[in-house]
Formats: sequence, C-alpha cells, structure tokens
Amino acid sequence: MRRLAQLISWGALLAILLLAALFFADQLTLPAMQRWLLGVAVLWFISTPVWMGRRRNG
Amino acid sequence: MADHEHHEPVDEYERTPVPPAAQLGLKSYVGQFAGEHVAGTELMIGPLFLAAGVSAFDLLVGLLVGNLLAVLSWTLFTAPIATRVRLTLYFQLEKICGRKLVTLYNAANGVMFTFLAGAMITVSATALGVWFQFPMPGLGDLLPTGVGWVVAVLATGVLFTLVAAYGYRSVARFANLAAPWMVLMFVAFGIVGLRQLGLTSPGDFWNVAQTVIWKGGAPMAGQVKFTFWHVLFFAWFCNMAWHIGMADLSLFRYARHAWYGLASAAGMFVGHYMAWVAASILYAVQLHQDPANTAVLPGPLAYRACGLAGLLCVVAAGWTTANPTLYRAGLAFQSLVPGSSRFRVTIITGLVATVTAVFPLVTMKLLDFVALWGMILMPMGPVIFVDYWLFGRWGLRRNYAEATGGGINWAAGLTWLLTMAACSWLVLKGGVQIYFVSLPGWFVAALLYVGLSKLLQRRAPAEAAT
Repeated sequence: MRRLAQLISWGALLAILLLAALFFADQLTLPAMQRWLLGVAVLWFISTPVWMGRRRNG
Repeated sequence: MADHEHHEPVDEYERTPVPPAAQLGLKSYVGQFAGEHVAGTELMIGPLFLAAGVSAFDLLVGLLVGNLLAVLSWTLFTAPIATRVRLTLYFQLEKICGRKLVTLYNAANGVMFTFLAGAMITVSATALGVWFQFPMPGLGDLLPTGVGWVVAVLATGVLFTLVAAYGYRSVARFANLAAPWMVLMFVAFGIVGLRQLGLTSPGDFWNVAQTVIWKGGAPMAGQVKFTFWHVLFFAWFCNMAWHIGMADLSLFRYARHAWYGLASAAGMFVGHYMAWVAASILYAVQLHQDPANTAVLPGPLAYRACGLAGLLCVVAAGWTTANPTLYRAGLAFQSLVPGSSRFRVTIITGLVATVTAVFPLVTMKLLDFVALWGMILMPMGPVIFVDYWLFGRWGLRRNYAEATGGGINWAAGLTWLLTMAACSWLVLKGGVQIYFVSLPGWFVAALLYVGLSKLLQRRAPAEAAT
C-alpha cells in the first residue's frame, strides 16, 4: 500500500510537468490542462499522506 | 478542548548546546530550505521586479549572483558560528547583549514577522477574489478597495490565526506535504506562462525574455527602477536577518558540519530564483493580455495559468508560510511578557496581522519592506560575528553581559541604535537606496561595536578576556 501510494505521488509530480509540457507543445488546450492539474493535485493530496512522514511497517 | 500547549512545536536545547546525538544531516537542511522559501510572498516579489522595469539580463544574472552571495553568507557567516557554539540566536544574544536588549530585539522581530504574516494573508485573500469577484487592490493602492476585500481578508486572517493558535503542528505537517507539489506548480506556472506569451521553442527563450517579458525601461508609477545591482542586492539581502543577521544560528546549531550552509542553495535557487522568475512570467502574461491591468494579485495570476489548481497553490503557499510566521511572531512577543499564554499571544498577533493585511500597503511595497527588515535586524549579526571571532584575540571580553551579569550591554545596544540611525540617514539624506544600505551598515555596526566595547571595557583587566 505504501509503495503504491509513493508511486502515485511521484507520478502526480511528474504529471504536473508533463501536462505543462503538453500545453507548451500545443498537444493540450489550456482548459483541459487546468482540469487535469486539479485532478493531479487531488491525487497528490490523497496519496502522499499515506507515506510521507510515516514510519515503514516492519 | 485539549490543552493548547500540546500543539506547540518542540523547542529543545534552548539554553544548552545541541548535543552530538541530536545533530541533523544534510538532507534535513536541503528539505527545510526548499520548503520554506517557496512562500506566498514569492508570488508578489516576482511581479514587483517586472513593475520595477527590470531587464532580462539584470534579472536573470542579478538573481544568480545575489542568491549565490546569500548561500555563501549562510555558509561562511552563520553556519561556522552556529556549529561551534550550538546555541539559539536568542541565548547567544543574551550572553552578549543581556536579557533586556534581547527583549527589545524580540519586539522588533515580532513586529516585522507580524507584517510579513499580514502580507501572506493578503496573498491568500487574492485567491478568494477570483472566486467571489470583488474589487481587489491595484499596484498603487495603499487602502482597502471595498467591503468584499475587507471581508475576504478578515475571513482568511481569522482562519489562519485560529489554525496557528490551535493546530500549528497540523499545518506544519500540511506544509511538508504541500511543498513538493507547490514547487512543481511554480515550474508549471513558468512553462504555461511562457507559452501564453507566444514562446513555441525553448531556443527562442532569450529573445522572448528580452522583448516580451523583462523589457527593461521605465518602472511603473510609484515603483523604483531596478537595475542589475538592485536585483543582486535584493536577492542577497532579502533574508539578511537570517544569514548575516545570524537568526539562523538557531537552525544551524543542529548541523553536523558548517558546510551544510550550502543547503540554503535549495531554497535560494528553487524559491528565490525559479519561483520569482515564474511569478514574474505570470505577471508578464497579464500585462501582455491587458497592458492597463497592472494589479499584482497572485490569485488571478495563478488562476489564469493553472486554473483551480493554481488558486489552490496560492492559498497553500500563503497559508503554510503564514502559519510558522505567526507562530514566530507570537513567540517573540511572548518573551516580552514572561508567563503569558502562547495561545492568547498568537491570537492577538494574528488579529493584528489580519488588520494590517486589509491595507495592501506592505504587500504592494514588499520589496521595500523586506529591505527595511534586513536593515533593522542586521546590526546584531556583526555584533555576534565580531564578538565571536575577534574579541578574544583583541583582549576584549566575549559574551560581555554574561561575564558581567548585566541586563544590557550598552556597547551592543548603542551599536544597534547608531547603526540604524546611520543607515536611515544614508537613505533619507545620503541618497543611498534602502536596498544597498545594509552593506555599509554591516561595517558601521562592526566598527561601532569594537569601538564602544573598548570604551566600555577599558577598566576591565586584560586577563579577564575570555
């Protein structure tokens, strides 16, 4: 669970850069990018508390 | 309700050196600097550079050199003393200056922290303006612009204050959680802003930077023209109270080695380079789309680029940095009234900060305010520096107040007052702008402290020197 949450968090950070890059390359419209960015923010704030600042089990 | 003392962060080793077992590694410092320096106020500072008519070379190279000097100041001034004495700034000052002078220093620090917290509340309140569409202050506004603005600031400020008083630790945890996301959001602000300004290839960046973003020329009405030297000195001195002023003795007393001061590069080049440049680009987009709209409002700027996620970033950046700022202001004021409740002091401080936030004066003049803060608190830095490195060699007593048991070391007190007077004279009558005055001010303070200490200690036997 912890590992999965970490993967989602790092994926969310990468997605921010990817979405900005796609908009820069005209592969994504501004409203679409903004919607995705909001989704990515939600994902980050749900997945990161699962592992950040918590001790590993075992 | 649970005991509010339970929510206070742990303050350890307040009057004893940090032991080896409690020392921290480099990673802790890199994380702390990177997180702390991506604050709500970065969203104001970047645009204000643009309003000051800065050119591309002056901004990008001035920030590079200025931030490098800031990193070197932490590494060569603050960390070497911190890792040798391993005491808090306040205890170190108390040993040198005496308790009464430290109390005065705390009061000055508390006032500045309160205004800064007010600026952070203002930044967050601009996000509400996007949602509720009330008139917000323009670049030249010093007074509130209407009932909507006042209500939004009061609501934001009261909320921040209550959270700082009740749940410091929760917000501190949220700040750690939000920091990596905020950093990446600032990167996104920059990339999206560049595209909105018409950049289609990274190779064209320099051309767009010079001709569209940082065109140079005259500043906007009411702003000071910024050159390379203004940018360099601003970047170097905006955290002057912390490095040359030695406030970060408290932070670096936990560092295993003095060279951990280099970790400040994470804060300077992420927060004070990338974030300022990105925020500046957002403002350029606004001016590009509507040259008449000169208002510096982080909420609308971020919303235009990144939508609701951008607004969320503005609120998070303001909130997570207002929280420790209110806490620090509360601690500073609490020291004035020993035994007072930290909870009550934080509430009062927060409400005062909220009232100051209603008036956009500090926020719109943030560059000047930050320079003023450095100037006011800087003189204690050379006092500590000279006291630690030179006094023993020159036969003068180190830690004079501790050695004599006095409540105030007049050499340090007069150094502080006379340095501020000299700097103020240079700014008001001598034609030196406030952004530069702290450099000569450092030498004035160092010379004054040596001279006044010689006068004060002339009756003390040389063998008493420690």
